[in-house]
Amino acid sequence: MTFTISHLFLQHYWWIIISLLASFLVFLMFVQGGQSLIYSLPQNNLQKKMIVNSLGRKWEFTFTTLVTFGGAFFASFPLFYATSFGGAYWVWIAILFSFTIQAIAYEFRSKPNNVFGQKTFDLFLFLNGSLGPFLIGVAVATFFTGAMFSLNRMNQVHWATPWYGLEALLNVRNLALGFAVLFLARINGLLYIINSVDDESLIKRSVKRLITNSIPFLIFFLYFIVSLLVSKGFAVDSVTGNIIIEKFKYLHNFVEMPVVLVLFLAGVIGVLSGIGITILKKSVTGIWFSGAGTILSVFSLFLIAGFNGTSFYPSIYDLQSSLTIRNASSSLFTLKTMMYVSFIMPFVIAYIWYAWKAINRTKITEGEMNSDGHAY
Amino acid sequence: MIENIDLSLVDWSRAQFALTAIYHWLFVPLTLGLSFILAIMETIYVRTGKEEWKRITQFWMTLFGINFAIGIATGIILEFEFGTNWSNYSWFVGDIFGAPLAMEAILAFFLESTFVAVMFFGWNKVSKKYHMVSTWLVAIGASLSALWILVANAWMQNPVGMMFNPDTARNEMVNFWAILFNQVAVDKFLHTISSGFLLASMFVLGISAWFLLRKREDLLAKRSILVAGVFGLLSSLLVAFTGDGSARRVSKVQPVKFASMEALYEGKNNAGLIAFGILKDTNKKIGEKSVKEFAFKIEIPGLLSVLTGGDKDAYVQGLADHMFGNEKLGIISVPDKIQRGIVARDALTSYKRAKLINDTAQIEALKGVFNDKDFHDKYFRYFGYASINKPEDVIPDVTISFYSFHFMVILGFLFIMIFSAALYLLFRGTIADKRWFLWIALLSIPLPYVAGELGWILTEVGRQPWIIQDMMTVSKAVSQISTGSVITTFILFAVLFTGLLISEISIMVKQIKTGPKH
Repeated sequence: MTFTISHLFLQHYWWIIISLLASFLVFLMFVQGGQSLIYSLPQNNLQKKMIVNSLGRKWEFTFTTLVTFGGAFFASFPLFYATSFGGAYWVWIAILFSFTIQAIAYEFRSKPNNVFGQKTFDLFLFLNGSLGPFLIGVAVATFFTGAMFSLNRMNQVHWATPWYGLEALLNVRNLALGFAVLFLARINGLLYIINSVDDESLIKRSVKRLITNSIPFLIFFLYFIVSLLVSKGFAVDSVTGNIIIEKFKYLHNFVEMPVVLVLFLAGVIGVLSGIGITILKKSVTGIWFSGAGTILSVFSLFLIAGFNGTSFYPSIYDLQSSLTIRNASSSLFTLKTMMYVSFIMPFVIAYIWYAWKAINRTKITEGEMNSDGHAY
Repeated sequence: MIENIDLSLVDWSRAQFALTAIYHWLFVPLTLGLSFILAIMETIYVRTGKEEWKRITQFWMTLFGINFAIGIATGIILEFEFGTNWSNYSWFVGDIFGAPLAMEAILAFFLESTFVAVMFFGWNKVSKKYHMVSTWLVAIGASLSALWILVANAWMQNPVGMMFNPDTARNEMVNFWAILFNQVAVDKFLHTISSGFLLASMFVLGISAWFLLRKREDLLAKRSILVAGVFGLLSSLLVAFTGDGSARRVSKVQPVKFASMEALYEGKNNAGLIAFGILKDTNKKIGEKSVKEFAFKIEIPGLLSVLTGGDKDAYVQGLADHMFGNEKLGIISVPDKIQRGIVARDALTSYKRAKLINDTAQIEALKGVFNDKDFHDKYFRYFGYASINKPEDVIPDVTISFYSFHFMVILGFLFIMIFSAALYLLFRGTIADKRWFLWIALLSIPLPYVAGELGWILTEVGRQPWIIQDMMTVSKAVSQISTGSVITTFILFAVLFTGLLISEISIMVKQIKTGPKH
């Protein structure tokens, strides 16, 4: 039996994969969220060490997911890769820089003769923890608010501001999503620490912090979502293929794709219930609800950014240069080849889960921190 | 905008990429090789049950951990720099080039990063065998990641398996297997990973020699020398064998690079192999570039002809053959290629203009031209030549190419001798007494690093001015951002990487001096 797969199907398939990677990335940024708390959360050095070691065993998953997100975006939507990375230079460089300093900080921080001292490497962890989620949130917000670029006939990018992406920081909605992602990462970081560390006083402190981080998260998140729903969006004219401004475009996308709306609402409920059961029922499993909720809500936000005839990377400088999943994608052949490769993902997720369980079988304890095993 | 390229922007972007790549390659080969050495040592531990082998494995694993993360840190920057600094490239060939990068992440990075956590933290959490398998999976994951990035790099040296699409103004993949099994990729992969194995073996050998010099950790040192000696000798032989294959391949697919690395200006029969030589400038010129000649050389007569063409009378092409053409050999001159490139570029411009005014007849006619194999083989394959200003610009830096190649080869032979001597002395039972050899082993630790960097310098400098051989020049590939931005990020990365390197070396030295846990 033979069947043909259309280019359009594959473009949608790959946008789903990109959206999934983005949603797992935001969930896994619980590592960054936890890092952003290393000055304020622990009461003493032992608690700090427990926090760092609990997060440090997972940092590579976040890092690898970010790399995969970049690689998959390059392979499936190379025009986005070329346009955004080559134009919004400073935003991406700042993100990269913050992840580079993270990668070595865990391994080097407590090693003797590390030249710069533990304080420097802890500062690196804090900077990555704060800037990483915030800047990724700002960058993703431009999927809805637009960026300042144009493309010529050969699809070469020209960025219209001398700030090369930093101008995104002047947009309140971008900032709102940036802060929402940062506080969500902090919430997930706290929930993860509560789940993986065996220290009552640290857990109590984490629950307190959970309340103080949930409030700003809700404010920024609600502001962004409400402004998104009432804002104009960037739609593809179904007749001419031109990009047009459409009122309430993202609201329409939710209404016209009710499954996505359900996923989004389930995601929000998941995050809230993760927070709720931790605060009210003293549960330590909040991370799984909040984590699943994070994945669902980010996934659905990406779907309304790219599906239903929407430009996922609009240009507010030259509207017709805006990128859609159709005009920015790889060829049919490449997308199809990559689709076959993507079939291995369930296997990858399975072994990650298997290894994750093996390492998390026992919680981080004071005893383990004082033993002579590998510790950060 | 694009036509007026700021050369300082190109040079700074190039410098930033070179900086990142050079630093990246200071850390990755040790990860590639040491992971296998760890896997071998741990396997011996699991098979024999002797705690000493566990201690040995854990000691080298500590050093592995210090080096591992920094390779990852520099790697992520390399991946994203294709977008940030080479955005025109990313579009022009992203349809082909992005796929190996994505596969690297999906098929290799997850394997590596998942099981490295088990390797470090799982000693008391998982069974012995589970742990050993994890260590092997880290090693396999590291080599797999090298495979995909080298497939991508090989494609830049020898672009295959694609077709140009004038509608999207880019090259598109039409044959995945041609890209994966590109002969340049196969050579490059085997040569590169074996050089990583060699480097790690020298690292283990050198540090073990230091322990013997200090009369410490005798058992750990000798057992480590045994593993490193065998693994290193096999790897260094493989490096030599694959290096020979690589050079032959270069002579076929990148003959200008080959002629440059041999400093061969005039092609000839019975060409000798220069074992080593010293170059000097002459009054002769090709365009504005001075022709070099040997002030001194050690030459093996006829051997270059034998190695590249199978017999000593075989003709080896020189730079002049490519610059001015050689009718007998069917080589087209550079000016001719430039003309052909211009024809291809003009066809694309006409196509875009026809699309703009919706001239359907012209669109159809030009589509036919682009789909015509003859047009592709005679004109489009020289597309990149349209942006060559002076014919001599296609000649890479001969001095850098020549010296980097020859020093690398000399070092390669030296490594075979060092590993052979180490095994010989170990089996004679006299290695601990031969202090002169222990010093040589210790002082040789930096040499494989030098050889590896020279190899990459040859690969990348020797390909200039191309980012994709014959298809696109580096200056056409660059992102149109301000030079000031690139200078700033160059300085930021230079300071950061240098700081991290200093920190890593300092930590590593301290851990070595402390020695294994008792």
